[in-house]
Amino acid sequence: MEKIIRGRAYKFGDNIDTDQIYPGRYLELTEPEEIAKHAMEDADPTFRERFVKGGIIVAGKNFGCGSSREHAAIALKAIGVSLIIAESFARIFYRNCINIGLPLLICPGITRYVQEGDILEVNLETGVVKNITRNTECKCQPLSEYAFRILEAGGIKPLIKKKLEEGGD
Amino acid sequence: MGSGYNMHALEKILATHAGKKEVSPGEIINCKVDLAAVNDLYLQVIKSFQEMGGQKVKDPEKVAFIFDHYAPAPTIKAALNQKIMREFVREQKIKYLFDVDAGICHQILPESGLVWPGMLLIMTDSHTTTHGAFGAFGTGVGATDLAVALLTGELWFRVPEIIRINVDGYLQPGVMAKDVILHIIGTLKQDAAIYKAIEFTGSTVKELSIDGRMVLTNMSVEMGAKTSYIQPDNKTLAYLKSRVKKPFKVYTTDPGYKYAEEFLFEVEKLEPQVAVPHTVDNVVSVSEVEGVEVDQVFIGSCTGGRLEDIEIAARILKNKKINKNTRLIVGPASKNVLLEAINAGYIDILLKAGATIIPPGCGPCLGAHQGVLAPGEVGVTTSSRNFPGRMGSREAKIYITSPATAAATALEGKIADPRKYIKE
Repeated sequence: MEKIIRGRAYKFGDNIDTDQIYPGRYLELTEPEEIAKHAMEDADPTFRERFVKGGIIVAGKNFGCGSSREHAAIALKAIGVSLIIAESFARIFYRNCINIGLPLLICPGITRYVQEGDILEVNLETGVVKNITRNTECKCQPLSEYAFRILEAGGIKPLIKKKLEEGGD
Repeated sequence: MGSGYNMHALEKILATHAGKKEVSPGEIINCKVDLAAVNDLYLQVIKSFQEMGGQKVKDPEKVAFIFDHYAPAPTIKAALNQKIMREFVREQKIKYLFDVDAGICHQILPESGLVWPGMLLIMTDSHTTTHGAFGAFGTGVGATDLAVALLTGELWFRVPEIIRINVDGYLQPGVMAKDVILHIIGTLKQDAAIYKAIEFTGSTVKELSIDGRMVLTNMSVEMGAKTSYIQPDNKTLAYLKSRVKKPFKVYTTDPGYKYAEEFLFEVEKLEPQVAVPHTVDNVVSVSEVEGVEVDQVFIGSCTGGRLEDIEIAARILKNKKINKNTRLIVGPASKNVLLEAINAGYIDILLKAGATIIPPGCGPCLGAHQGVLAPGEVGVTTSSRNFPGRMGSREAKIYITSPATAAATALEGKIADPRKYIKE
């Protein structure tokens, strides 16, 4: 996992729910590249066209509220989102992202520091966000050791796989 | 208790499942899971299971697959997903398969005796908080978390802080549990309980039926709650008695337990409530939106399709016809609910009033089939969410109400106060 992430910010408001991130009408899809085609479709229908791989999503409170659908996390990872920073996250969405190896940071106040299109450089270990465009910086809550360990392994799947291979039952 | 820490019943449930004497908020623990249930949106569970090198489900006796979101399958792709799941269930000798005839997971599991006080259950559905109505620790997880539980029989949990919401007072006739929870969400807002658990107490909760209590715990996830809880009482035990075949322990909270936050809601004078587009915490009294014209009304879902919901709709619509400009779709929460509603004569009344009855299941709640909304249409729903695009077009508007308000709305073709149709 890259510990320093640099990318363009795509900004969203509060309570962006999983239906807006990945609409229910496509829930039958199962392949990540198919799922990625609908990333953020109901939050911003222009997002997919505008988005450049490696971009960072910056959002307000309660990002990912609503459904437990993992499609929402998969859609963002598969389109190439490198990191999500939000004022707070819904719990299931947060776990889903950690599990599939998509980093995310909690940072109350982040929406005041960052404007749409700003270039950010983020250190995942320290939680420091440098806004290159505006020459400012702020600090996120550090990831818990548990979450960081899962992310470092590239998600929970390699960890469990290893555990099983090592003769765990 | 060893160190004298006063524990909540939910903490005792987690501690028991982690093999520990006590746990406290913030701690990360591994817990054995009593039931892991998968619904038909989540082929990803099987994919993640295989990606982790999974060959064998650890304990097939503690797993259920439930086909409720796409029941029966509306597309070839959805049919194929279900087909692969059925094969997995057979190969892995998974004990429980509830196929497309059964109904919604959150209704059929308690009905089937698979939910009991003190258990820990996870499901690939955010509304798994519902099962706190029976004193269980129920929480929604994503597909990969569920796959981990299939493989190992366990999952990690962060012990949540607990919020107590005390609800007091007799509800007016025509005011339902749904109005109570909409009022609470409207007051506390969508992010009030992120990473936390909510316990409901108080005289109103005691008076509520099991159906009504399930509405409170179900919708607690709309405030972000990880799980929800109502202390089991005689009403709970009477419901469970004929259903649960195994012994269970009812945990209680130690006197002096300190909640993270406490709130009091007095609901004696509460009017019917409406969540207006496009967020569930955008809640007003019905009087503020009366008269809004409505194209479609949906009575159903895991929070509005139980017998009590269908019963009140039938009471309001008996010997009447719905407005000619409005469609009424009724989706019973389970086959048992449908059978009981038929036997009680409710379905007859609703059909004659102009309702379309759909098979037990989630129906149009997730915007996939059986009544999606067109651009520019206005829908009233008894389900749990009114996010943009939730029930079809992003350009549709969705209002959430109680089943009573929904029935009165179908009758008038515009949002209406049900109290004038309820005489008690």
